[in-house]
Amino acid sequence: MTVRVHYFARLREELGRPNEEAELPAGGTTVGGLWQQLHQDAPPERLMAAVNQEQASLDTPVSDGDEVAYFPPVTGG
Amino acid sequence: MAVEICHEDFDPWALVARAEQAIPAHARGAASVFVGRMRDFNEDEDVTALFLEHYPGMTERELERIVAEAEARWPLLGCHVAHRVGDVRPGDALVLVATWSAHRVAARDACSDILERLKHEAPFWKRETLTDGTQRWVEKNTPGF
Repeated sequence: MTVRVHYFARLREELGRPNEEAELPAGGTTVGGLWQQLHQDAPPERLMAAVNQEQASLDTPVSDGDEVAYFPPVTGG
Repeated sequence: MAVEICHEDFDPWALVARAEQAIPAHARGAASVFVGRMRDFNEDEDVTALFLEHYPGMTERELERIVAEAEARWPLLGCHVAHRVGDVRPGDALVLVATWSAHRVAARDACSDILERLKHEAPFWKRETLTDGTQRWVEKNTPGF
């Protein structure tokens, strides 16, 4: 069970990579759980996320084949 | 309605003129247009350049969702949203929101709603370059005044 993880903006620069593959635990995980698994730390404050290009929260489930994205608060316009 | 991501400098007024051609002339009683451009200052510091990052795919979908929700809420005849990405210079257009309706309130309120939701919900991020060459990510939108 793998997912593709994308990082944007300041997160992308701080982590030094725009994306990576992640192996999901049996039974799947959540957006917050996947962050913890990848970074051995709690998600930072004000972290935003998307699953399959739809806005998500830390509780949103993540399943095999999903596209998960983590990013800082948005500042368009 | 149309949503577009612009990778180069664009002329917002040309986009407005072109989009207006598609709306029946006898019905378009009101148009409301917002054009946002890059300033050469932010938070009391001089800014020489701006880099705008987006999430290809999701950004377009979010803009389309925001516009569709405005169309469900107000009786719009048309809507055109354009947003710049990439390396931007002071004076360049960053965002265009144009709405058409039979009456002014729907056009004006929808334009304002789309702009505010775009700023808070659509995945765009700004990185500023200051005069001494340092770069910083903008962490929050400015209040609207």
